[in-house]
Amino acid sequence: MGKFLARRLANYVVLVFLATTFAYLLAASTLSPRANYAEMSPRPTEAAVDAQLDRLNLNDKTPLAERYTVWLGDVVTGDFGRTVRDTSVNEEIQRRAGVSIRLIVFGTVIGAVSGVLIGAYGAVRQYRVFDRVSTGAAFFMLSVPAVVVAISLQVIAAAINEWTGTTIFQYAGEYTTGLDAGFWGTLGNRIQHAILPTLALALGQFAAFSRYQRNMMLDVIGSDFVRTAMAKGLTRRKALFKHALRTALIPTVTYFAFVFGSLMAGTTFTEKIYGWNGMGSWVIDSIVKNDVNSVAAVSCFMAVCIMVASFLSDVLYAWLDPRVRVS
Amino acid sequence: MTASQTRTETSVTDQRPGDAPVLEVTDLHVTFPGVGKAPDVRAVRGVSYALRRGEVLGIVGESGSGKSVSSLAAMGLLPDYAQIRGSVRLHGEELLGLDDREMAKRRGKSIAMVFQDPLSGLTPVYTVGDQIAEAVRIHNPDVGKEQAAARAVELLELVGIPNAAQRAKAFPHEFSGGMRQRAMIAIAIANQPDVIICDEPTTALDVTIQAQILDVLKTAQRETGAAIVMITHDLGVVAGFVDRVLVMYAGRPVEIGDVDDVYYRTRMPYTMGLLGSVPRLDDAGRAPLVPIKGTPPSLSDLPPGCPFAPRCPIAEPRCTAAEPELVRIGASGHRAACVRAEEVEENGWGAADIYPLPDIPDDTAAEVPRQERDVVLEVEDLVKHHPLMKGAVFKRRVGTVYAVDGISFDVRERETLGLVGESGCGKSTTLMEILSLDRPQRGRVVVLGRESGTLNSRQRFETRRELQVVFQDPMSSLDPRMPVFDIVAEPLRTHGHPKARLAARVNELLRLVGLDPAHAARYPQEFSGGQRQRIGIARALALEPRLLVLDEPVSALDVSIQAGVINLLDELKVKLGLSYLFVAHDLSVIRHIADRVAVMYLGRIVELGDVESIYRAPAHPYTQALLSAIPIPDPEKERARTHIVLEGDLPSPADPPSGCSFRTRCPKFKELGDGERRLCLDEEPQIRPLSTGDHGAACHYAQQRAVV
Repeated sequence: MGKFLARRLANYVVLVFLATTFAYLLAASTLSPRANYAEMSPRPTEAAVDAQLDRLNLNDKTPLAERYTVWLGDVVTGDFGRTVRDTSVNEEIQRRAGVSIRLIVFGTVIGAVSGVLIGAYGAVRQYRVFDRVSTGAAFFMLSVPAVVVAISLQVIAAAINEWTGTTIFQYAGEYTTGLDAGFWGTLGNRIQHAILPTLALALGQFAAFSRYQRNMMLDVIGSDFVRTAMAKGLTRRKALFKHALRTALIPTVTYFAFVFGSLMAGTTFTEKIYGWNGMGSWVIDSIVKNDVNSVAAVSCFMAVCIMVASFLSDVLYAWLDPRVRVS
Repeated sequence: MTASQTRTETSVTDQRPGDAPVLEVTDLHVTFPGVGKAPDVRAVRGVSYALRRGEVLGIVGESGSGKSVSSLAAMGLLPDYAQIRGSVRLHGEELLGLDDREMAKRRGKSIAMVFQDPLSGLTPVYTVGDQIAEAVRIHNPDVGKEQAAARAVELLELVGIPNAAQRAKAFPHEFSGGMRQRAMIAIAIANQPDVIICDEPTTALDVTIQAQILDVLKTAQRETGAAIVMITHDLGVVAGFVDRVLVMYAGRPVEIGDVDDVYYRTRMPYTMGLLGSVPRLDDAGRAPLVPIKGTPPSLSDLPPGCPFAPRCPIAEPRCTAAEPELVRIGASGHRAACVRAEEVEENGWGAADIYPLPDIPDDTAAEVPRQERDVVLEVEDLVKHHPLMKGAVFKRRVGTVYAVDGISFDVRERETLGLVGESGCGKSTTLMEILSLDRPQRGRVVVLGRESGTLNSRQRFETRRELQVVFQDPMSSLDPRMPVFDIVAEPLRTHGHPKARLAARVNELLRLVGLDPAHAARYPQEFSGGQRQRIGIARALALEPRLLVLDEPVSALDVSIQAGVINLLDELKVKLGLSYLFVAHDLSVIRHIADRVAVMYLGRIVELGDVESIYRAPAHPYTQALLSAIPIPDPEKERARTHIVLEGDLPSPADPPSGCSFRTRCPKFKELGDGERRLCLDEEPQIRPLSTGDHGAACHYAQQRAVV
């Protein structure tokens, strides 16, 4: 089992390296930091621009291979370089990574857990009211783009706020700036801000997971081993929970790694729409600003997140399915 | 604690009067309501029986007769939408109507069940030991985890798992089918139940494993004193194992009585047909089997009156008037549901008297001595090894599966060679190698004088004409989207049969296999299993082949249907002068249909010869065990027999034992002295002819011996 996970981990490290490299090469060959200086007034001299770009390792006159080598040399030592504005990319990551991770972790956990439970229960109650309602809801969520979900939630929240006359939901920023309300007050304020973006992410996850889990559960619900468990003296509920759900979770765990990529994309929109200064909104801003190093850094962050998710799904898989552990 | 619980508690200790029934089922009805416009399916229609302590009741019937559904109803394991009426009493206490929580307290405690398919019956993600311990703990919450684990090991030992303490920590996928069924039995007897319901417990297993499992069940019964309900379609298993038999047809019991009464003094024509349609291991004669015409009725659309009347050879108009009740006939406890039961008794009719036997002409051409007939298939030292690979990106070979490891045999014109052996012995691989017409890894395959692997594409195409195949599963071997006409016509079209005569030829073929050409426009799903197999045979015969390869052609069929297909194959062979290579695991079928037999074990042929010599006096210990393991549908004979029960499972074909591959399980090997054993350990035995004619065995110490 340890060997199995170590091998997977080694694979992932290679993949992260490749993903980040491709992202850097793509960004460095398509984005043009030089263009940023063209609109400045007074317009700096070309020599000045070159000097500045050289300092930032962004000069398109330097061969790509050379820029890449310099960049890679820094990255290996843990330095992702400078932004186009000559600030540290690392500092920016420190500031923003936590914001995104909070959003991703809560969004994923809430979405996946509710999706799995609702999907599994829907399978148990196949074609009953609960199943039909949850199926309808899941298909509705699947057919609406993440952006529309996020904006619709804002609209609904605004309406609720107006109707109740109090500000229940906050939908701009991560917290109210300049608020001084002690620890609990700040926490409450943060939660108020977090509800909507987290929900926007979680809903998409719920939809995908509930459909998948429902199908997996239907496959095992009528299986012989569930009947054996009941014949032993387990009640139907207990047999389904302990024997069917446990077995039906195995494929879902693999599925988790697959959908995580789309979740990352969803995060980008959500952060932008709700004005959260996370990694997702940063990557959009960086592309607009031709900020090669930042784009590469965010790509690396996303690759690492996906790697962590995949690794987690491997660990869960090995824990759930003894056949992996034994062979 | 509630009163009912106290009652189940005391039931374990033997405090009740001996003759009070443990389980009493009265007028049980189960209906599955139809969804939408579909009619209701009346799966069980009035089953009654009483089971006393220590008694074994056999419930026999073909698929769809309601035998499983009735016991699932007793266990409370049917889905919620099933409508159940009647009464099921366990120690006098009514079970129907109890909710799931109350039923769960009794399931596994006083009434336990062993299911058919051990491969899917255990949860793949828990260890076998944990699953047995769970059964212990669920009914005894005070038992600690360790105690329950120790009890699980004890139970595994009881059901004959070697190294039980270690094996308890294994997961189900590390167990073979037979071992998993043992584990299922361990779960069933964990709480010393009063009733064990066994639902086809050996159907999915090989015969030598079946013999082991039946032994374990007998041990389990001795240990627990439980009453057993044995549900099976195998009349041989019933004969040796049970005290009383209940025969079911179309959801109703049609005959019930002591096993001897039902087998020797059969009163219901259906039971007679069932008994007559089984090919017998102990029957050397080539008399045609008794097929029951037609197919069982649909449970959602039953004919009026006796449901068997449309298939019954002695049906009268009054049979369709009303459904006959079970009435006592002859000995006490023997009851049959037939209006003519008394007539049957008075006249002493048997299956042969009331069922019209098909007339199969004698094959005069086959009287030509074997040596003088043409060889249609010659296999010499055929080898098929599969490499065992490991690794995802960089594959490396870690071993070899010796699927077929040097076998030789030949099939002559108008001859049937039966290739028998248990699952995993390489018999299907052999077929596929022959059918591929490719050069084998080693050895030679000569089909109708042409050597495989030396043919150009034209010659291969021509050879395919002469060599046709019938597959095991009649459901999946026919394209569901093609009408029967196209299925049968396809080989003709491919081989350029004149278009004008196509329809005539298809109709002729359908008539030949006993189907109505008017049904040619239908799709396969509109036919029953037996009919579909006939379509498969018609397709194989379309090009007038000389050699027909049959891969378990009747093993997926019910016995009464199987008999018809076997008779058809017999008849076609004579009519068309065919040669068959017939692969089967059922040795009774082989005895009936084959002229010569090759017995395979772990990729090698261990015994080869004419049917009579091998069945009368097998020489290889494996053949002896195989023949001895098959139960005979004759209660007296079966009780008098002692079965040779082989130990353990088939070794992995990736790691066969040195020398003689059978020595690890060989009863003879155990009796040998160390000096004699050397030979078995070191030297691979070759087939050596025995004194009696066309018969050879690959055993260093071959000794002929009657076992049937």
